[in-house]
Amino acid sequence: MFVARSIAADHKDLIHDVSFDFHGRRMATCSSDQSVKVWDKSESGDWHCTASWKTHSGSVWRVTWAHPEFGQVLASCSFDRTAAVWEEIVGESNDKLRGQSHWVKRTTLVDSRTSVTDVKFAPKHMGLMLATCSADGIVRIYEAPDVMNLSQWSLQHEVSCKLSCSCISWNPSSSRAHPPMIAVGSDDGSPNAMAKVQVFEYNENTRKYAKAETLMTVTDPVHDIAFAPNLGRSFHILAIATKDVRIFTLKPVRKELTSSGGPTKFEIQVVAQFDNHNSQVWRVSWNITGTVLASSGDDGCVRLWKANYMDNWKCTGILKGNGSPVSGSSQQGNANPSLGSNIPNLQHSLNGSSAGRKHS
Amino acid sequence: MEELDGEPTVTLIPGVNSQKKQMCFDWGPGEMLVCETSFSKKEKSEMVPGCPYIHIIRKDIDVYCKILRKLFNESHGIFVGLQRIEEELTGKSRKAQLVRVSKNYRSVIRACMEEMHQLAIAAKDPAGDSQFSSQISILSAMELIWNLCEILFIEVAPAGPLLLHLLDWVRLHVCEVDSLSADVLGSENPSKHKDFWKLVTVLVLQGRLDEARQMLSKEADASPSSAGMCRVLGDLMRTMPVLSPGNTQTLTELELKWQHWHEECERHLQDGTFASSPHLEALCKIMLGDEAALLEEKELLSNWYHFLVTRLLYSHPTVKPMDLHRYAQSSLDVFLGGESNTEPLDNILLAAFEFDIHQVIKECSTALSNWWFVAHLTDLLDHCKLLQSHNLYFGSNMREFLLLEYASGLFAHHSLWQLGVDYFDYCPELGRVSLELHIERIPLSTEQKALKVLRVCEQRQMTEQVRSICKILAMKAVRNNRLGSALSWSIRAKDAAFATLVSDRFLRDYCERGCFSDLDLIDNLGPAMMLSDRLTFLGKYREFHRLYGEKRFVDAAALLLSLMTSQIAPRSFWMTLLTDALPLLEQKQVIFSAEQTYELMRCLEDLTSGRLVHGEPDAQQLQDDDIETTKVEMLRIGLARNLARSIIKEGSLEGS
Repeated sequence: MFVARSIAADHKDLIHDVSFDFHGRRMATCSSDQSVKVWDKSESGDWHCTASWKTHSGSVWRVTWAHPEFGQVLASCSFDRTAAVWEEIVGESNDKLRGQSHWVKRTTLVDSRTSVTDVKFAPKHMGLMLATCSADGIVRIYEAPDVMNLSQWSLQHEVSCKLSCSCISWNPSSSRAHPPMIAVGSDDGSPNAMAKVQVFEYNENTRKYAKAETLMTVTDPVHDIAFAPNLGRSFHILAIATKDVRIFTLKPVRKELTSSGGPTKFEIQVVAQFDNHNSQVWRVSWNITGTVLASSGDDGCVRLWKANYMDNWKCTGILKGNGSPVSGSSQQGNANPSLGSNIPNLQHSLNGSSAGRKHS
Repeated sequence: MEELDGEPTVTLIPGVNSQKKQMCFDWGPGEMLVCETSFSKKEKSEMVPGCPYIHIIRKDIDVYCKILRKLFNESHGIFVGLQRIEEELTGKSRKAQLVRVSKNYRSVIRACMEEMHQLAIAAKDPAGDSQFSSQISILSAMELIWNLCEILFIEVAPAGPLLLHLLDWVRLHVCEVDSLSADVLGSENPSKHKDFWKLVTVLVLQGRLDEARQMLSKEADASPSSAGMCRVLGDLMRTMPVLSPGNTQTLTELELKWQHWHEECERHLQDGTFASSPHLEALCKIMLGDEAALLEEKELLSNWYHFLVTRLLYSHPTVKPMDLHRYAQSSLDVFLGGESNTEPLDNILLAAFEFDIHQVIKECSTALSNWWFVAHLTDLLDHCKLLQSHNLYFGSNMREFLLLEYASGLFAHHSLWQLGVDYFDYCPELGRVSLELHIERIPLSTEQKALKVLRVCEQRQMTEQVRSICKILAMKAVRNNRLGSALSWSIRAKDAAFATLVSDRFLRDYCERGCFSDLDLIDNLGPAMMLSDRLTFLGKYREFHRLYGEKRFVDAAALLLSLMTSQIAPRSFWMTLLTDALPLLEQKQVIFSAEQTYELMRCLEDLTSGRLVHGEPDAQQLQDDDIETTKVEMLRIGLARNLARSIIKEGSLEGS
């Protein structure tokens, strides 16, 4: 891996989240300076900030893009106890020339009594829907029934988790075999609080979300949670960021064995556990095919985890800050494209006379 | 069986202080975003001096390298051709075909090297030069490894031909001979050239005895005192038994002959035939396979595998494939002499000599950062049925694993993704679903690109992806008020709901502006019109206007009426339709029949009786109501008049 570009972020305070859009040509950043910035990638590969605006009256924790089927839509959540939905307005031609675009607030979701810690759009097959979670322990699911009118959102579900919530993840699987599912993580610090990871499933009959599982083996505060994209598997994979990186598989137990009409029962297994970050793990996220998991921890590193063709998980890469100054030209990266040999000696041993060899 | 091993690669991110801060990140389709942050201080923000950078991280460097483009393109063609090879071909013809494929791959690598070499010369820039030379070295290493794999695994050369192939292999990769030869032969007195003996030795080391003999004859001519010795040595060179391609002798016969020849050489050495010429004596020792003599020429051999092949040539020319690894290991040990450690290339070659294909692939995966090499080589070896014969249940999965990795990397590139599609196609387990996930993410920057992507999806019946991509484009068009584009994408997506939405917009536009946009599109909807009722209405309504424009009033009138009676027209539009009927009612000739007029009247009454008053009407509403009332009145008058005229017409003789 190599750094292709470095872009000066220009926020006036700490950045809490960065988010690529679906195609990887736009990104959004949010910060404690209460604003969100949107960046666009030009044909030449340069990134320009095309919008920057104040979104909340407190630190903005997360920002996320809706699926482009719904247009250009962002959601943000903040310490100010609200979450908001933003839509890009196609502006005047003057703006286009100046490379600026406008985002307007379509709705503010004010139901939470405490800081809103995460906001995530549901998979597109569920329509335009999002979930928020708060320190008040409630997960709220909202829906916009008319995608052409984003100012109308209704609160469809309030799921009580009883513990302060820090993160949510929708199961991206659109298979008809899997009802909608959402996992919630809690960073509640008290050791008595047991249900740090809960999985809720939508029930067609009751039209409600009911708890399907609690991962009892996770007893430390959970900071992030992520379902992996499903490549046609019958089971689910869930990654947890807690005091270590943990990967669980959830295999649905056959329906006949469970009480009919109730939530699916799962056979839960830990397939990997890594404590390389040495302390807390703060974020986990899957790549688009669900083949690589990235995690970020207290050791200041981002680690990449991959399963080989035998399903053994290993760390295959580490991104580490070395504190060195960023090169003057902000846009160019620091590597020349090459046929990259990991070990440059590959070339030495080809050319090498005995003189060319490295000595131990 | 060990997995793909090796230490994780570390990538350094500038500007981030990993001692004090952490990083937030996000995945994109081909890149990653990384930014410095601090997770633990969430409640209170601290003003951060300076601003952190957002870094874009990429994985596959090589897809961005222009020169390798050709490598990717051409190897893609070879790959696809290989997948389509007839399965019926067996035995010799199949093997010949697979060898041909292997040679094709290798020639593509060589072509790439050559091109880089040319560019390096043209560039004349020292920094770029070193970059080129390192890339050329790596390509050269790849070709070296591939060539050896071809000899051992694909050609499966038996004892005898094996050595000949290995000799070719070495000759191909130790190229100094040619320039040296040019130097020496080009000079006035070749045998007096300072590198003359160096050249002769190199030729002998490479088993090029004919050429060596020619050199010796030059020396014989130049210095008569050594002519005799040169001739003797030359004769020995000439008579060395060698397995030549058309030769019918058996291996045993060859061995016997070779043994005799070897003894003759030994005799000359013992007799001191070459005693007065250290050069010639050294050459004789080499030809006897004397290890010490060979090691004297370490510089000229330059690597252990050259040493190995030379050694085999002059001591075990009929070496069997299964014995190779012993000689390889000992050659490596002796050549390095314990001075330095083995390097990745050495391990790869050793694994090949040991016929441990999996080890070769594993080592290559670790040493090379791009999946190109291992993916294509493994695929070819899989076609040779070699992975399965190793009795590992995941044999075919490894091929797919590597191909998926390679193809995923291609999708990060704005045009190479098209190659990736074919690779996914030939991965039976996860190819299709991987393609689905990747293809959705391709940025649809131009209409041309979108159409390309859609064609790929449609060819593979990826209906959900087609729908989704068209929907994305339709939505984008609607937001940019390009209704025609939005409509055609909705139709392609077979999205009835969205087609209805866009049709409504069209109709609304018409009401506001009095004319249609995108007439071409609406006029040529064809069967697509059936997608949604609203769309059908839009099409038919436009047809009404066309008929009216062509003065086909009777047809237009009939159509207009049917639009209302068939319930296709949304109620909200009925007033507009009735208003459209007005000019038809006021024509000189009678257009609507009495029957039709009754229908229209019924519709009008239907419409007006359905009106409800909501609350207190405001000024605007009153004004609107006024307009409405006037319209309704005009309609009533028009309809009544028409009714009268039509009754008269139908009642009288000429009208019937």
